[in-house]
Amino acid sequence: MKTTKILISGNEAIAKGAIDAGCFFYAGYPITPQNELIAYMATHMPALGRVFIQAESELAAINMVYGASAAGVRAMTSSSSPGVSLKQEGISYIAGAELPAVIVNMVRGGPGLGNIAPAQSDYFQSTRGGGHGDYHCLVLAPYSVQEAYELMFTSFDLTDKYRIPAIILGDGMLGQMMEPLEGQRSKFKSQRYEKPWALTGCAGRKPNIAKSFYLAEGDLEKFNLLLQKKYKLIRAKEQRWEEFFVQDAKIILVAYGSMARIAKSVVTGLRAKGKKIGLIRPISLWPFPEKIFQQTALKNKKAKVLVVEMSYGQMLEDVKLALNCKLPVEFFGRSGGGIPTEEEIIKQIK
Amino acid sequence: MEKIYQRPESLTGISTHYCPGCGHGTVHRIIAEVVDELGIREKTIGIAPVGCAVVAYDYWNFDCSEAAHGRATAVATAIKRVRPENIVFTYQGDGDLAAIGTNETIHAANRGENITVIFINNAIYGMTGGQMAPTTLLGQKTATTPEGRDSTVQGYPLKISEMLALLPAVKYIERTSLASVPEINKTKNAIRAAFKNQVDKVGFSLVEILSPCPTYWGMTPEKSLEWIRDVLSKEFPLGKIK
Amino acid sequence: MGKITIDREKCKGCLLCVSVCPKKLIVVDKKLNKKGIKPVRFEENPECLGCMMCAIICPDCCIEVYK
Repeated sequence: MKTTKILISGNEAIAKGAIDAGCFFYAGYPITPQNELIAYMATHMPALGRVFIQAESELAAINMVYGASAAGVRAMTSSSSPGVSLKQEGISYIAGAELPAVIVNMVRGGPGLGNIAPAQSDYFQSTRGGGHGDYHCLVLAPYSVQEAYELMFTSFDLTDKYRIPAIILGDGMLGQMMEPLEGQRSKFKSQRYEKPWALTGCAGRKPNIAKSFYLAEGDLEKFNLLLQKKYKLIRAKEQRWEEFFVQDAKIILVAYGSMARIAKSVVTGLRAKGKKIGLIRPISLWPFPEKIFQQTALKNKKAKVLVVEMSYGQMLEDVKLALNCKLPVEFFGRSGGGIPTEEEIIKQIK
Repeated sequence: MEKIYQRPESLTGISTHYCPGCGHGTVHRIIAEVVDELGIREKTIGIAPVGCAVVAYDYWNFDCSEAAHGRATAVATAIKRVRPENIVFTYQGDGDLAAIGTNETIHAANRGENITVIFINNAIYGMTGGQMAPTTLLGQKTATTPEGRDSTVQGYPLKISEMLALLPAVKYIERTSLASVPEINKTKNAIRAAFKNQVDKVGFSLVEILSPCPTYWGMTPEKSLEWIRDVLSKEFPLGKIK
Repeated sequence: MGKITIDREKCKGCLLCVSVCPKKLIVVDKKLNKKGIKPVRFEENPECLGCMMCAIICPDCCIEVYK
């Protein structure tokens, strides 16, 4: 299929990616800085015969996603940090019922009402649960409009494959920026994974039940062990990252999302001056790409690591865990809507 | 002699965990009878509440979903929108529908979702040990109103059905009770009408059923039916509201 | 003329059927069931109308009616 190169914002690219990947149900509530996403869905979903609902709250929206997913269709919601806090109960239920779902979080400054500038302060919320219970969501962090579009395909496929919710962790800057998008995928034809567990009416089979409640002695523990087995498999197979001049690097920056764009500029600039510096950019935040850190610890034995985030040190903890004290780790971060600049990072390196 | 009454196919027949004299068993059975009579068992998707009836899905013989407390109408909205040919109903208690879930209830009704809502009003929170519900009567003693409900502190019993009747997209609301065999028969008629509305694509339909909780009302099953007849249905009048 | 059968193991002893039978034909059994409850009992009787009121009021669907 011939595709054109289009100029599009991150928010709209995510919406378009979801639609092209076969998202059949969207429910959301307006919240800055992702309102372009819900508006795009409102415009395009009904025309395709798919379902769009502006829900009465983010809480209602995530529970609608639960219902649509239980009924066997690809379902999604989007919000920003305070709204995603509201969704945590629903996400825990989705994880507990082993339903696929995609939740987009265009992170803004917090805590509380915060502001509408970009931040990366929801890393803990996304990777350490956020909701109650021993569960995980897949967490994928795009750093460009192109990648945001493509990760929608990845997230819908992986959530269907593993029956797990996924969080697309963007931020206000990524949502608003406009970049070229090319190679758009051909129109979605059919879901790759069968869903015999879906609620479709029990004709010709025993009734299905979507639930996360296991009251009888020992049942919940047994179920949790199944979940843990699933998470172990995902950890082994679904780690994603990008390496940028890591091979001979003596200083290795670690950054994700919009922060990685700034970090890449730092690397490019300093490499031109002969400095041996590189960047590891995690794309999957859960499962965290431990493999590249373990490899790097073996190969770049004298390297120093500098983690840069728009937070006060959340991904930092996973980097330290993955390196297991094998390399020294330092941190630089700004939050509350503040964005570390190239100059600030270079100053840290010196 | 021929058999003229037996367990409906849509009821699994598993012995329930409900207390002796609890209304849940009766309404589960009536819903199952209506689903069988309308021939919709293979299309029906029920949504269970959080409350004593949290495991209602074990007692019915059709597809079911659990929902987070109060969120059943949001779950039902989505299932019905993506599978409009299925028959989708929620089964909710007074806390689920009129306390934590009030927002979802009002908005699903206001959007006129073509779903059926079965509202079990027993004026108390049974599963958690008998606390005040939005529909608890003034003066009624509960675990959280040990001196009796006081309007100056806890407000008045909530007439959610009357409130929902104000919404233009709501097509049918009726309040019935389980206080006697004739009342149970009226309950079944109302439930049948509410399900038939969905089949006929009429729109949002709700049946509120005054149901006994002998355990937390501190009465025998027989006395609790009398209390519904003599006290509860004076505060919550029976009949068609819309 | 009618008759009923009662699933005595499912019966919880709520006694609503006892209160509702117009001919007072349902009684409390002396023998316990496996739940440790005294369920109700019906002995065949030409007075039974097969009116189904006991089955309708039974919350646990224990009763089948014949006519």
